[in-house]
Amino acid sequence: MKQMKLVFIFPENIVEDPITYHLIADYGIRVNILRASIDPGKQGRMVVELSGEEIQLSQGLNYLERIGVLVSPLAQKIRHLEDRCTGCTACVPHCPTQALDVDRESWEVSFDPEKCIVCLSCLETCIYYAMSVEEQFA
Amino acid sequence: MARTIEEINAKIRSGKVVVFTAEEIIDVVQKKGIKQAAREVDVVTTGTFSPMCSSGAFFNIKQPREKMKLGGGFATLNGVPAYAGLAAADIYVGATAIPDGDPRNSNGRPGKYRYGGAHVIEDLVAGKKVLLKGGAYGTDCYPLKTREQMIGFDDMNDAFLFNPRNCYQNYNVAVNLSDKPIYTYMGKLKPKLGNAYYCSAGQLSPLFNDPYFRTIGIGTRVFFCGAEGFVAWPGTQHNPNAPRLPNGTPQTPAGTVALIGDMRQMSTEWLRAVSFTGYGVTLSVAVGVPIPIIDEDMLHSVSVTDAQIKAPVVDYSKFYPTGQGEAKLGEVTYKELKSGSIHIKDQDVPTGSFSSYALARKVAHHLKKLIKDGDFLLTQFQAPLPGAVLGKEATE
Repeated sequence: MKQMKLVFIFPENIVEDPITYHLIADYGIRVNILRASIDPGKQGRMVVELSGEEIQLSQGLNYLERIGVLVSPLAQKIRHLEDRCTGCTACVPHCPTQALDVDRESWEVSFDPEKCIVCLSCLETCIYYAMSVEEQFA
Repeated sequence: MARTIEEINAKIRSGKVVVFTAEEIIDVVQKKGIKQAAREVDVVTTGTFSPMCSSGAFFNIKQPREKMKLGGGFATLNGVPAYAGLAAADIYVGATAIPDGDPRNSNGRPGKYRYGGAHVIEDLVAGKKVLLKGGAYGTDCYPLKTREQMIGFDDMNDAFLFNPRNCYQNYNVAVNLSDKPIYTYMGKLKPKLGNAYYCSAGQLSPLFNDPYFRTIGIGTRVFFCGAEGFVAWPGTQHNPNAPRLPNGTPQTPAGTVALIGDMRQMSTEWLRAVSFTGYGVTLSVAVGVPIPIIDEDMLHSVSVTDAQIKAPVVDYSKFYPTGQGEAKLGEVTYKELKSGSIHIKDQDVPTGSFSSYALARKVAHHLKKLIKDGDFLLTQFQAPLPGAVLGKEATE
């Protein structure tokens, strides 16, 4: 079982096709719609989480490509909310790339977004709600 | 050389008091030596900011015109159950309480816990109102049977934090020897010694600086989450008989204090609700205790450094929960813990903390300023904590 968060962009000519129905019924994929903005006659956009076996997902993505849906991975961005951070360092040993690090003189925790691979470990570890994930729908 | 609390308070009133934090005093003692520094320094301030689960709040809620007896009935605040087995209008909300079946606290594995007693406490301290729901059986003198009302401090006669156990003198370093990740009150522990968590301010922590409880006792005035607070009693699980290093500091969790303070004076700068994934909710509190330098021995105690205090390393996959398996994996100093890595079983293990040293330092500096500004006077305790070693024998 594999999961992926994707952004679908539909050209206006296929906005009225029941593509979620096809993904579910024809390819056996579980579709969780996280956000959707679809108006008949206009370009549509949908943020979804797909889960299924590798083979089902790749066949489903082929189908989307065939009918002209633009598929791109959902960009996620981690933010360090400095006003909520206490500098406790609980996140530091869980960060695999040292994007989160601490100055051991000032005991300030710093975050380098360039090093972040969005593994979300810090969200699980931070007890002070000082890490947040933003999903970019653009 | 000896100094009384009265002499120190006279110097605080005249603005001449000499105060350092428990971190600053280390350098002072190194430069001047114990004898000279003890002559010059009156007070050393300590501080800690950490999750402390044994915390909670008493509220007395103003009666509506038709009165109600919550005692023996039930009460919830924002859905969080409060203890109502007291008089008509007194309730207690524990920091770790969570509502049953609440979507804010999804109980899948590892489970998120987003709202509990600690959040009710933080919301009220932040000046917000919370929803009181009460139910009672009704009596001749208290006829009202149900009540639903948004309440804040204005709707209460009293609101005070009463924490049965705070400021643990030392704490375990938690690791995981098993082959799967575990979620504990000491955080997420990666398998096979993947990481280690500690939880103490070390050299700044109040009871590490007064290891034999010579100046901290019942009635001691403390800085408590932004308010004036007091040591109300020995904390639960207070154990003065832990093994100790020659400098007096315990090698395992030892002394504790019960603290009390007015919530209306507190601020969310010094009190925060926290959520541990896979474990639950709890409350982080700030405590600062001033230590009067009554003699040279006391100065010696407060000049203790992270390199001179040690914590036990404990396996939270087996030994802690079941009492079986390897009892002690070793001892490490706080200096090693704060370096970011410790050495256990021939492995380098990265470390992290839940106690914030940055905020512990801020508490100690804040308390130092309060004392220097004449806004905080020291107290002589009314009774010693159990196991207190008073007088000279402390260092013999």
